[in-house]
Amino acid sequence: MSRASIAQWAKELYEDLDFSVVRRWRENNPGRKAIGYLPVYAPREILHACGCLPVGIHGGGDRLEIIKGDAFYQSYICHLPRSVIELGQSGRLDMLSGVLFPSTCDVIRNLSGMWKLLYPEHYVRYIDVPQVADPRIATDFWAGELRRLLSDLGELSGHVPGEEELRASLALYNDLRQAIRELYAARSEAPWTVPSEELYLLLRAGELIPPEEFLAKIREYLAAARAEPGRMRDNSRVIVVGSFCEQPPLGLIKTIERAGCYIVDDDFILGNRFLVEDVPLEGDPIEGLAAAFIQSAVKSSVVYEPDPEGKRTLLKAQVEAARADGVIFAAASFCDPALLDRPMLKDGAEKAGIPCIAFKFSENSGQFQQFREQAGTFSDSIKLWGGV
Amino acid sequence: MSKSREDGAKKDQSMVIQKEMIANHYKRLERVPETREPVVYTFVPGNLTELVRSFGALPVLPEINALQSGMRKKSGDYIAEAERHGHSEDVCTYVKCDIGMIKAGNIGPTGTRLPKPDLLLLSYTGCYTFMKWFELLREEYDCPTVFFHVPYQGDGILEPEHREYMVRQLHEEVIPALEKATGNSYDEDRLKEYLALSARSEDDLVAVLQSAKQRPSPIDAYFGAVYYVGPIFSAFRGTQEGVNYYKALRQEVEARAAAGLGPVAPSGPMGEEKYRLVVEGPPNWTHFREFWQMFADEGACVVASTYTKVGGTYDFGFRHDPADPLGTQADYCGGCYTNINLPGRIDMLVDYLKAYEADGFVINSVKSCNSFSAGQLMMLREVEKRTGIPGAFIESDLVDPRYFSAANIKNRLESYLQMIDARRAGLSA
Repeated sequence: MSRASIAQWAKELYEDLDFSVVRRWRENNPGRKAIGYLPVYAPREILHACGCLPVGIHGGGDRLEIIKGDAFYQSYICHLPRSVIELGQSGRLDMLSGVLFPSTCDVIRNLSGMWKLLYPEHYVRYIDVPQVADPRIATDFWAGELRRLLSDLGELSGHVPGEEELRASLALYNDLRQAIRELYAARSEAPWTVPSEELYLLLRAGELIPPEEFLAKIREYLAAARAEPGRMRDNSRVIVVGSFCEQPPLGLIKTIERAGCYIVDDDFILGNRFLVEDVPLEGDPIEGLAAAFIQSAVKSSVVYEPDPEGKRTLLKAQVEAARADGVIFAAASFCDPALLDRPMLKDGAEKAGIPCIAFKFSENSGQFQQFREQAGTFSDSIKLWGGV
Repeated sequence: MSKSREDGAKKDQSMVIQKEMIANHYKRLERVPETREPVVYTFVPGNLTELVRSFGALPVLPEINALQSGMRKKSGDYIAEAERHGHSEDVCTYVKCDIGMIKAGNIGPTGTRLPKPDLLLLSYTGCYTFMKWFELLREEYDCPTVFFHVPYQGDGILEPEHREYMVRQLHEEVIPALEKATGNSYDEDRLKEYLALSARSEDDLVAVLQSAKQRPSPIDAYFGAVYYVGPIFSAFRGTQEGVNYYKALRQEVEARAAAGLGPVAPSGPMGEEKYRLVVEGPPNWTHFREFWQMFADEGACVVASTYTKVGGTYDFGFRHDPADPLGTQADYCGGCYTNINLPGRIDMLVDYLKAYEADGFVINSVKSCNSFSAGQLMMLREVEKRTGIPGAFIESDLVDPRYFSAANIKNRLESYLQMIDARRAGLSA
């Protein structure tokens, strides 16, 4: 397949708010369950090992009219939960047998309780990731949580995986994360060949299909990209920070790049590459998965930063790794994790001489003129006065 | 001052005692540079005051500073200061008030300078923002931080393994951090002694809160009770001062109950108790008296509230237990109101409506606090469905004066109370 045809395939999945691809999977796999999860991090390996299809729930973006969802939330709460509720209330998530709610923020946390009341037939689990600094205590706690999830999903799915099956799932997700890293590396190397719009659509499609298929599709895309190099433009190189939970509309990603900023790193759909290192395949697989989270979870706003220097130095390291010229803080309105982190991250970046701009979006933002002007001016200023 | 207000001040002696306790605490904090007493900053929900005190340290609670700044009309300037330093208009105003106060010289709400912390004890209980708040404070103070992770009761119970996880953290993380910060060793006997004092205060507090079951209620269990919970939510749980305060308060309230008196509102003793209400959510602090007076003017007495459980839920039986000094603190933290899942919070409201024979319930939804506010519209519907009692929904903020619209709130409250009247008329027809 060509790059364009893969992107088109991904776009069709992204735009389909009936989740037809998940419904087809269920039809083709009778008796197996599809389990949803909200951002940011959920241990998908456990779902996969239990024979379930992990399904990312990332709201309805700018493609969903909110009719019932607004009745559940005040105006000062972010947009994601109201569109998730809208998806649920309109029956679009009725192919799911359960939903996991990670400890991303209090809005998603409280949505777990709402889900219990709205959908008593669903398995609902709040995923409380460990936050303590001591790795032994944290690993023991997290391994216990993972075992509980494994036991629950084993019961729900009727399939309790053995150690070998668990290891096979860990290995598959190791490969998948490696492929995603290669995809990001390819974009960083030649962003004119791997446009962020295409990369993003591919990631979104990957939230709806079995990981084996996603892995194959990334490899196919990378091969197509190598075969079809794009034409380099005189753009600045930026990283986008703050979009790890509520997702920006596709139009915003396109706007940033068209305004003259190549996105060379970002935190979109961060959960699919949350573990930076491979999960060890030797020893107890649950212990291994737990330890991998403690030792190699990506630095993010949803996990406590024990290192006092951590926030100050994070963006400098990311900018250097991506050879970026500047940082765009793009957070969803009312997103506590992103907006509370921003002053610390921005301060560290500016002290390191990194140019920064900041704006807020909503997943259903429809007007991009102001973003175009901001990103365009940012790119011009970097070209005129230099980036990092 | 009106005569009625003078009468009110006379009758509400516990407020005078409390004012002295708080003023002395802040004075003691101001003298820290000379006394060199260690200082530990922590949060109201999940506060480990007895443990902190057992190391000879003084607790400082940034939420209390923020709400006091709100009541003293200082928070607006502090918030503006924080926003000038790049903090978003969308986030928690307690945090911004605190940051703004630090940027403006760290003069506390009573006008005395606050000492820097020797340790930030990040008790991560029922609020995501706490994590960011102390990461931000660490930038300001450059001091050690210890994280105490209290798992959320997502399934409505404190799992035994979560309790063990907390106890282990206390043993292996929190206590060593306190030893290092204070230079003092862990003294379990002293901790037990303080926990026993806590339980005595808790008994008296529960008796005070439950006095509202009587008609008329001798207390307002929201506006009045935020004063009652002040000492136990902040620096005085586990202290003899706290015990003395709650003993005096209980006697005072029992005397009022025996005399058939209602609560004392800002303008003086409340008149006839026309409406008995339950309130969910924190109050607005910038216009606290005005807010309370709106209720009092209508004869609306709050007989139970959830906010008064945010620093500990005692009215369902929990007491600090000196026999299990660390386990009991895990139980306490796990049970703080915002650490309980939404169905549990709904159960509590339903229970209050029944147990306190309330006519209605009001949700004060504050912009700043997603921990409280996200899901409250659903709580409203669920409680209505389960009790058949309609609720009212009003919106304000914790300490940002820009979000208090007196006319809107008064209008909604009056309309709601009229609806209760109409229902009563309908029921009696």
